Amino acid sequence: MARYIARRLLLAIPVLIGASFLIFAMVFALPGDPIRALSGDRPLAPAVQQQLRDQYNLDDPLAVQYGKYVAGLVQGDFGTDFRGRPVSEIIQERLPVTMKLAFVALLFETVFGLTAGILAGIRRKSFFDSLVLLSTTLIVSIPVFVLGFLAQYFLGLRLGLFPIAGLNDGFRSYLLPGFVLAALSLAYVARLTRTSLVENLRNDYVRTAKAKGLTPMSIVGKHTLRNSLIPVVTFLGVDLGVLLSGAIVTEGIFNIPGLGRAVFDAVRSQEGAVVVGIVTLFVFVYIFFNLLVDILYAALDPRIRYE
Amino acid sequence: MSERPVTSRPSDNPSDTPVALDARLPATGTGRDAELPQAEVDTRQASLWSDAWRQLRRSKLFLLACAMLAVLTVMSAFPQLFTSQGPIDNCDLSNSRQPPGTNGAWFGYDIFGCDYYANVVYGARVSMIIGLAVVGGAMIIGVLLGALAGYYGGWFDNLVARLTDIIYGLPLILGAILLLQFLAQARGERGLFEVSLTLVLLSWMTFMRLFRSSVISIKDTDYVAAARAMGATDSRIILKHIVPNALAPVLVYGTIAVGGIIAAEATLSFLGIGLQLPAISWGLQINSAQNYIRSSPHLLFFPSIFLSVTVLSFILLGDALRDALDPKLR
Amino acid sequence: MTSSVLHPADPVTGGAALLEVDDLYVEFRTDYGVVQAVNGISYTLAAGETLAILGESGCGKSVSAQTIMGILDTPPGFVTGGEIRYKGRDLLQMTAKEQRDIRGEEISIVFQDALSSLNPVFTVGAQIGEMFRRHRGTSRKDAKKNAIELMERVRIPSAKERVNDYPHQFSGGMRQRVMIAMAIALDPNILIADEPTTALDVTVQAQIMDLLAELQKETGMGLILITHDLGVVGEIADRIAVMYAGRIVETGVTDTVFSAPAMPYTQGLMASIARVDQKGQRLNPIEGAPPDLARLPEGCSFHPRCPRATDLCRAERPELREIVPGRQSACHYAEEVLGV
Repeated sequence: MARYIARRLLLAIPVLIGASFLIFAMVFALPGDPIRALSGDRPLAPAVQQQLRDQYNLDDPLAVQYGKYVAGLVQGDFGTDFRGRPVSEIIQERLPVTMKLAFVALLFETVFGLTAGILAGIRRKSFFDSLVLLSTTLIVSIPVFVLGFLAQYFLGLRLGLFPIAGLNDGFRSYLLPGFVLAALSLAYVARLTRTSLVENLRNDYVRTAKAKGLTPMSIVGKHTLRNSLIPVVTFLGVDLGVLLSGAIVTEGIFNIPGLGRAVFDAVRSQEGAVVVGIVTLFVFVYIFFNLLVDILYAALDPRIRYE
Repeated sequence: MSERPVTSRPSDNPSDTPVALDARLPATGTGRDAELPQAEVDTRQASLWSDAWRQLRRSKLFLLACAMLAVLTVMSAFPQLFTSQGPIDNCDLSNSRQPPGTNGAWFGYDIFGCDYYANVVYGARVSMIIGLAVVGGAMIIGVLLGALAGYYGGWFDNLVARLTDIIYGLPLILGAILLLQFLAQARGERGLFEVSLTLVLLSWMTFMRLFRSSVISIKDTDYVAAARAMGATDSRIILKHIVPNALAPVLVYGTIAVGGIIAAEATLSFLGIGLQLPAISWGLQINSAQNYIRSSPHLLFFPSIFLSVTVLSFILLGDALRDALDPKLR
Repeated sequence: MTSSVLHPADPVTGGAALLEVDDLYVEFRTDYGVVQAVNGISYTLAAGETLAILGESGCGKSVSAQTIMGILDTPPGFVTGGEIRYKGRDLLQMTAKEQRDIRGEEISIVFQDALSSLNPVFTVGAQIGEMFRRHRGTSRKDAKKNAIELMERVRIPSAKERVNDYPHQFSGGMRQRVMIAMAIALDPNILIADEPTTALDVTVQAQIMDLLAELQKETGMGLILITHDLGVVGEIADRIAVMYAGRIVETGVTDTVFSAPAMPYTQGLMASIARVDQKGQRLNPIEGAPPDLARLPEGCSFHPRCPRATDLCRAERPELREIVPGRQSACHYAEEVLGV
């Protein structure tokens, strides 16, 4: 097991390096002026331009640029916005909000998704099962931002059930955006759990468990659940990527002052450096989280540990 | 290989777990003794594709999805059949944001006083083009790389695997935001080509993995060994034996992915980093609508409905295809 | 080998009948039609006896075993007639809880493929120990101790260390021993072995069969051996029941059935065995193929392939009847076949 963890760690490093290189290349190595790219259509005074050139080492050869870029990243330097404010400060300020939102979403999706999936899987082809399949298909078809607006309109404006914007109502403010953020993933988790459960219930070892005289609850709860959860767990790793991307849209629509909103605003105001900085952070968090998921996967499935 | 099995990486496109299909041999009628004294002998040719087609024809969801997609395809190719107006014809600012029913406009008017119905109908074109082009491109790249990587293995396989790992490190929307930001700068504009290119570059990996894993499981089968023993060349083996059997999961995923790409383009346009005005895209329309939800909700609803129905059709189609092609579910 | 020449329908002769399958019908309702998997079979098993159920793939032998165990997949499988009496009580009429209590405790089963039949995420010790924890309420520690004992009993080397290993870490033969250990854990009265050696190579097969025979002698349990392998049957079975197309077509003491079959199908089987002294000659398969269970022919199911088929065979289905004491056959011409 320790060897597996070590190997996974070693594999994550080139991915981190590769991803940072990709990001760097996208910003600085494409043809065209990176300063223009970072600033968009905003006109910059020559002095400011020169300052940016120094800051990003644009007069150095590409390799050196990359080296200094990585060095900066490691020290927590994610760039600055055009008023000179370090992105790391923005991150510090807004990260807790986004984390709370992501946590609410995660809670929604695991609790509701798993429950729906398990119930649908046990009672395959029942009314509940068809209901779950139908509603998940619908949810998956509606893009997050559409869902967000619809929720805002119907549940917030029309029915007045939830606050529709801002963080003014304390914890309640997180509910609607959290649910919208979770919706897509909830649908996946439910379907994945259901399919996985149905497949596992057909396995031979379930037949053996029955032949041993185990109770149905023991068979489903103990024997199949753990096996069925394996793909769900791995999904959650990918899901973080969806959550992070979705946070941009959701925080934007619901005006939640988190990191996602920061990206949302920065895209609109063409603050290229902020966009790059925060998205880079997201990417690193995503890679790291997937590493954790890999390890969790091995903990659940002993067959993987010995590869 | 220490990489995780494909079925555990659904990727951020709307799809259930990609199907990990076993290669299925085309079976011919009875394989037994020829001198069966029984009267009727069932010689139904049961190949994967003909069985699938038979099942599909009976599936109501499949037919529904096909019907919806047919309408949408015609709408994107010949929008004139659906509306006599162009999207920017007869725009009159005095009609700005008027609700449906005003002056007989089915969907009302948009911010600029243009007929909203025409705008929404014309929006189908962009979505369908991007959806099909991106998936087409990603499929070609994925199948090519997957075939080579799966069949020949070795250093090439490793290289491709590392590359996919790295790109997988960038979730689709996040990567697209970055790439589009700077691709636009490099090329000076953000049109269909730039958006399509971005999405292709970020989504070919799952196709590659699916195809590669099919190729690997098929190339070790007995009938491929038999073909090789009879002297078939590599390319003949790949083209004639491996590809037809390995394509099934790729096609299923591809169908569902079209829906995902359409949703992704809409999201990017909504965020302001995808297509730009005056392009006509449902995402852009929803973007413009967001400040007027209270006063003119119709601006939000119509493109939303069209967008959702389009994505839904592809997903239903993909689901139906998967149910028909997956031998395990029979 | 305790050999009791039992008349299947008469529980008084020989040992007491432990298990009586009486006119069992099982069908599968599929999209393609109704498949008659088990078509009215009856057999009995006495304590300490080994009954081999012999037949080709798809003849319904596994289905009947699963029905006895109560693990038939319903749907699509349905029991449409008959009784299965265990110690006099009909298993099919018992409540679900009663059935569950009997399973594993008094009647247990060993499956063919141990790799897929064992849960990959639990240790071997946990899965064996589970029998005790479920049926006897044993503590986890004691269950583990019992598991080690059982593993030693089925001759798995280094049981103490291997008890914490996972199924995929064992070889095929060892895995099968694990399954057997699980099955005999609670000293069942009946052990059903469903093709226990089909997935193993020949040398390992012999070891497993020896193990089963030994365990049976030690415990005096009844053993139902389901197989299509004639070689395996000859070594260990007291009596044979030959199945074809969902029906039992012949029963009797092993040696006599082997040497003097009373039904053309059994004759064909015996003749088809490849023997060393036949080297250089052609093999003698039975002509034709087993029937489609969804479309059984009229009359005797075997008539399309039978060299002796007459109009009677094509019209009327022969019932299983006693030819001589201790021998039954489902053939209109059984006496001629046997030569009495």
